[in-house]
Amino acid sequence: MLVKQINVFLENQSGRLAEVTRTLGENDIDIRALYIADTTEYGILRMILDKPDKAVEVLTASGFTVSSTPVIAIAIEDKPGTLDHALSIFSEGSLSLEYLYAYVGRTSDDAVVVIRVQDPQMALIKLEESGIRVLSSEEVYGI
Amino acid sequence: MIWNTAETLPRKDIEELQLNRLRWQVEYAYDHVPFYHEKLDSIGLKPSHIQSLNDLQKIPFTVKDDLRDNYPTGLFAVPNREIVRFHGSSGTTGKPIVVGYTRNDMENWTECCARMVSAAGVTCEDTAQVAFGYGLFTGGFGLHYGLERVGVSVIPISSGNSERQLMFMKDLQTTVLIATPSYVLHLTEIMEEMGIAKEDLYLKTGLFGGEGHTPEMRELIEARMGINDTQNYGLTELCGPGVSYECLHHTGMHINEDFFIAEIIDPKTGEVLPEGSTGEIVFTTLTKEGIPMLRYRTKDITRLFYEPCACGRTHTRMDLIMGRSDDMMIIRGVNVFPSQVEAVLMGIEGIGQQYQLIVTTEKFMDRIEVQVELHDGGILDSYSNLEKLTNEIRHKIKTVLQIDVKVTLLNPKTLERTAGKSKRVVDLRSKAF
Repeated sequence: MLVKQINVFLENQSGRLAEVTRTLGENDIDIRALYIADTTEYGILRMILDKPDKAVEVLTASGFTVSSTPVIAIAIEDKPGTLDHALSIFSEGSLSLEYLYAYVGRTSDDAVVVIRVQDPQMALIKLEESGIRVLSSEEVYGI
Repeated sequence: MIWNTAETLPRKDIEELQLNRLRWQVEYAYDHVPFYHEKLDSIGLKPSHIQSLNDLQKIPFTVKDDLRDNYPTGLFAVPNREIVRFHGSSGTTGKPIVVGYTRNDMENWTECCARMVSAAGVTCEDTAQVAFGYGLFTGGFGLHYGLERVGVSVIPISSGNSERQLMFMKDLQTTVLIATPSYVLHLTEIMEEMGIAKEDLYLKTGLFGGEGHTPEMRELIEARMGINDTQNYGLTELCGPGVSYECLHHTGMHINEDFFIAEIIDPKTGEVLPEGSTGEIVFTTLTKEGIPMLRYRTKDITRLFYEPCACGRTHTRMDLIMGRSDDMMIIRGVNVFPSQVEAVLMGIEGIGQQYQLIVTTEKFMDRIEVQVELHDGGILDSYSNLEKLTNEIRHKIKTVLQIDVKVTLLNPKTLERTAGKSKRVVDLRSKAF
């Protein structure tokens, strides 16, 4: 139930992000979600893509430093308080969160939250125990 | 002001003195340093063959690698118990070179520095602040002893801590500043920030060395500090500061010719060039007991001239250093070789082997940016891993160079590749400095 997130190292230089999106576009890879962590020096671009393995291949070939990280995607109702409920499972279970980002899907009423935790297997168990819907990779890549 | 009448001897007398001392020095080196003994034997040269100053050209060169290969004391002519002081400087491989001074060497070095101090018009009425580092680096101690010999009141404040430097300059009414020129310019920036005008200080004279500086930089320093900026030159291998120095006329640096013979050679062929030519300056020591140097190649590019100076000194003068014949960079007075950085980068995982050093000037201080390519995508998982990597690089370079660098990570294959020698250094320091 883990989803592949693609990380790309970006020099803080104009045009670098556009180079990534162009490479993906030219290879018919669709971006499902995108999140950039940046400082004055560098950026790390994190993406959920419909064809993650192919993306690693083409981006590496284009000269980017790329890696893939297993993350968890959960679906929560798009209304106040639901994210808080989901997060309480992590704090109660003492599961350390590295980062997360959320986006609203196209077809369902649910919001998708992508979560990177230290121990994803344990997180999956806790989430399932709490009845939170964890999305499969097919569901996420096909959103 | 002339410290010693030896500085004004007629040329004929200087040359006679040089020849006598040269013959002694060559014989001494031959008898006491196996390195020189073997070197001269290998070409069938005996000390007795040195009959004129021109015969000096028969002696093979000595280079920095000879000091490194004979680390620590292989080139010493005396056992350590005769040595009263060690100094040293960094080398390309991280292995420093070490030099040693006998009591007589210390006396001569002090004499050379006292002459330098006097040539800058400094007297026992002055108070001098030594903002050179004290330690293995020869700068701090060399100047210190020379100043003390002249009777100057010395503040051995050492390098760094600009606010405190300025406080002492004000409170102790410092009249003479000893520093690297780039540090002086940096100080002027701090003065501006702290609202200190040159009129608030008592400075009259600067004795600047450790790195070269251009006429433009001198003009700026003189205008901002309200001082007479004099330059001096020296090398650890020869003694440290005190090899040559400017007088107040700024007509080149007077070489202490009764202690050193200077030659200008073509750095490619090693041939001695005719008078007035620009080339690499080579020095031979004339009185050294600790570690004699026969025809030491400095890699510094300059020229010599012999016309008498208005100050009355008759010793040969050398021009301000125009450059280096190898790839050594001088960053804030510290010798930096690209190969030192390379050695550090080779030992770090996750980055490529290509690198580039960008040298710039920020607030009149040299800055180095080290650009390397990030190859390991695995560390992108968390931002702190990226920081860990850059900190590791910065820390390891600082350990070797004693200089804080900026580390920039680049995407793979961003740095220019060439078939031959890569362009490792991009020096963007503004030409004025």
